Amino acid sequence: MESGCSKKLLDLIPQEKKWGFIENQNGISHGSSEEKKLELKLGPPGEEDEPLVSFGYFSSMKSNAKQAHNKFPPAQEDHRGGAVLTASWAKNHHHQPKPPNCSQKRTAPGPVVGWPPIRSFRKNLATTSKLASESPTSLPHKVAIERKPAAPETRGKGLFVKINMDGVPIGRKVDLKSYDSYEKLSTAVDELFRGLLAAQRDPSADGPKQEEEKVITGVLDGNGEYTLVYEDNEGDRMLVGDVPWHMFVSTVKRLRVLKSSELSVINLGSSKKGKMVQN
Amino acid sequence: MSEDDERQQSPPSDLEFVSNKARNCNATGSGSGHPEFQSTYPDQVLENVLENVLHFLTSRRDRNAASLVCKSWYRVEALTRSELFIGNCYAVSPGRATARFTRVKALHLKGKPRFADFNLMPPDWGAHFNPWALAMAKAYPWLEKVHLKRMSVTDDDLATLAELFLGFKELVLVCCDGFGTSGLAIFVSKCRQLKVLDLIESEVSDDETDWISCFPEGESNLESLIFDCVECHINFEALDRLVARSPSLKKLKLNRYVSIGQLYRLMVRAPQLTHLGTGSFSPSDIAGQGDQEPDYVAAFAACRSLVCLSGFREIIPDYLPAIYPVCANLTSLNFSYANITADQLKPIISKCHKLQTFWVLDSICDEGLQAVAATCKDLRELCVFPVDPREDNDGPVSEVGLQAISEGCRKLQSILYFCQRMTNAAVIAMSKNCPDLVVFRLCIMGRHRPDPVTGEPMDDGFGAIVMNCKKLTRLAVSGLLTDKAFDYIGRHGKLVCTLSVAFAGDSDMALKYVLEGCPQLQKLEIRDSPFGDAALRSGLHHYYNMRFLWMSSCRLTRHGCQEIARAMPRLVVEVIRSADEEEMDDVVGTLYMYRSLEGPRTDAPKFVTIL
Repeated sequence: MESGCSKKLLDLIPQEKKWGFIENQNGISHGSSEEKKLELKLGPPGEEDEPLVSFGYFSSMKSNAKQAHNKFPPAQEDHRGGAVLTASWAKNHHHQPKPPNCSQKRTAPGPVVGWPPIRSFRKNLATTSKLASESPTSLPHKVAIERKPAAPETRGKGLFVKINMDGVPIGRKVDLKSYDSYEKLSTAVDELFRGLLAAQRDPSADGPKQEEEKVITGVLDGNGEYTLVYEDNEGDRMLVGDVPWHMFVSTVKRLRVLKSSELSVINLGSSKKGKMVQN
Repeated sequence: MSEDDERQQSPPSDLEFVSNKARNCNATGSGSGHPEFQSTYPDQVLENVLENVLHFLTSRRDRNAASLVCKSWYRVEALTRSELFIGNCYAVSPGRATARFTRVKALHLKGKPRFADFNLMPPDWGAHFNPWALAMAKAYPWLEKVHLKRMSVTDDDLATLAELFLGFKELVLVCCDGFGTSGLAIFVSKCRQLKVLDLIESEVSDDETDWISCFPEGESNLESLIFDCVECHINFEALDRLVARSPSLKKLKLNRYVSIGQLYRLMVRAPQLTHLGTGSFSPSDIAGQGDQEPDYVAAFAACRSLVCLSGFREIIPDYLPAIYPVCANLTSLNFSYANITADQLKPIISKCHKLQTFWVLDSICDEGLQAVAATCKDLRELCVFPVDPREDNDGPVSEVGLQAISEGCRKLQSILYFCQRMTNAAVIAMSKNCPDLVVFRLCIMGRHRPDPVTGEPMDDGFGAIVMNCKKLTRLAVSGLLTDKAFDYIGRHGKLVCTLSVAFAGDSDMALKYVLEGCPQLQKLEIRDSPFGDAALRSGLHHYYNMRFLWMSSCRLTRHGCQEIARAMPRLVVEVIRSADEEEMDDVVGTLYMYRSLEGPRTDAPKFVTIL
């Protein structure tokens, strides 16, 4: 065996310290270092002091041979770089070779990213099956963990929010980061829905537009056939255009284009008056 | 029905681009070397004959081989290839693909590597379908079928497919994301020839759009509608009407928002179904207590052609007996969402004599597996998923279940088994009892866990698998493993094509054994194992033969990876950073490298550095 046997961990162990080996007859050993100093602190600082020994080094450590020739990241940087270096790493090593005669102290293992390798939609089975007797309409716990349908998604640099228009069954999405003013947003609304609205008025118009498409204007000033409203992070409906653009972008969760004639019917939240004032 | 069905291919379709460039003028065209064949007429006849013959060639491995014969065959093969498979969307550009293959009717594309499914890759890494959609729109307006796996598809892409391809018939999205119900709505409303819409394990965002209502009125050509992964309410009445007007519908897989009462109504409408996903398999609250429960047994009995059953997303086990009438005909049963006990399983499984594919949760325990072994003598594929995927000392299934399966199901070809404990003895037994194994994936959830009986590493078990299962092409290892295990794999795993390694090995030697020993290796995914730059170097002779190599949380350094990048110009070497890493750190968090004809991609996000 060549010296490719990297002993990077051993680099970090001060020479005079001895790993407390517990060897069983099969030669499997594991360390139980008490030294917080040598501990490759892979979790956040202040984590508990379970011994940290690594990936199958045991059998090779006992031979206690070669030096590592590769660089190994210093201890304090270990919690970068993904899965192995996450909080629970330390805690899991009590699992290590358990010779039948040795009783192991058990602490609850913490989660490691992506381990075990189960896709996320399989993960909540224990809870969803208990809720089986509930109505299928009760969503909150059952919906896949990561998704909140109403929240805007940040895909990369964009900030996508859903936008629906009265009379058009198909919703769209807009990337608010690509606009910097209400005017541009208003133009986008026209672009997104003009064709769809026309198709709704004349369902047989497939392909070349049979009837003239009406431009959608006045969504911001209350003068048009439609008005743009939004739902903010508290679930309240607000008229679009009252707060500075950047404030709008930070609180908007979704957009709606409503018929202006129906606006009075919609409760725009009396408490909102107070909110809208604070610019 | 396997989660990840990969077929071995050699030579790979993208590799031949490279080799053909080299061939170039030296290729023996039909006109060179023999003066009597210089005239064009015999050439033309030859090409026409060839074209007609090659139309019958369907296997892409055969086609790849045929295209390498000579320039003439290359040309004709390119003209006659109607189904284009690209295993890594970044290996070749849409432009290059459409330039070579001009008459493609079906496109099969794969994007992200598998470990992306487990949150090991930041979102927005890439694999966008958009450039392909646009290129196809120009090059193949007659395109009928698109099959995507792990790609990012937007609503606009769906709109493109529906609007620009008039005869579009089949869309299959596996493990995709980036789109929502509004995209689906646009797609189904415009795609009038649609036969197949299969959404499998994809993330579909809820735009609160009633997409089911958007299917056009009138008789539908639908043959397959799979939407069990769509986590939103659907308009049931619209679905009911859709099924009623889809006489060719054979496959229907409902999501968990469909109650058992609604399922009943659909089954009565479509007794011709061959594949059924039952939805929640529990009643909705709305059904009053006093109502007569429909005769579920009769509904199942009427489905005489049913061979594949899945769903049971929120199962009330009391309803299980409803499926008795179809058990005898079932070849595929998926209980992997059904948290049922061994006693609940037994009456079902004891009737499933023809079962070939069985997916189940470990809630059935070893006892349940024993019942499976007792009846399902024809079983080819078994997947046992954990109800509770934590690391623990004990779990409901163990070496006992594996041993039982190996003794009862001798024809087993594919197994995925999650457990907390496993012995070498059981794995060795399986290697001997099931010589037809092609896929062996064992996930001992406790990391570095040795054989609990002997205390030894799991080397011998996996060693036996590669030694005795001569057809093995896919292997996933776990538990405490030393370099010895990898030595075995390198020595005996001569057909291994896909290898998954996690928390295993002692040193670079392990990776060396594999890279030097496994000539068919195409996909290698490694996480949290102590392999460094030296090990990486040992694969230089082989990387062009591989689709990709993934190494995360190993011992790689940036300069080590840089070396590889310099030595192999047709490899794209991506270093992927997680959120808290700095760009110039020498330690590499994740390495993802793949061969490509295109060089570094232009759509890489900030957290990806291409060396």
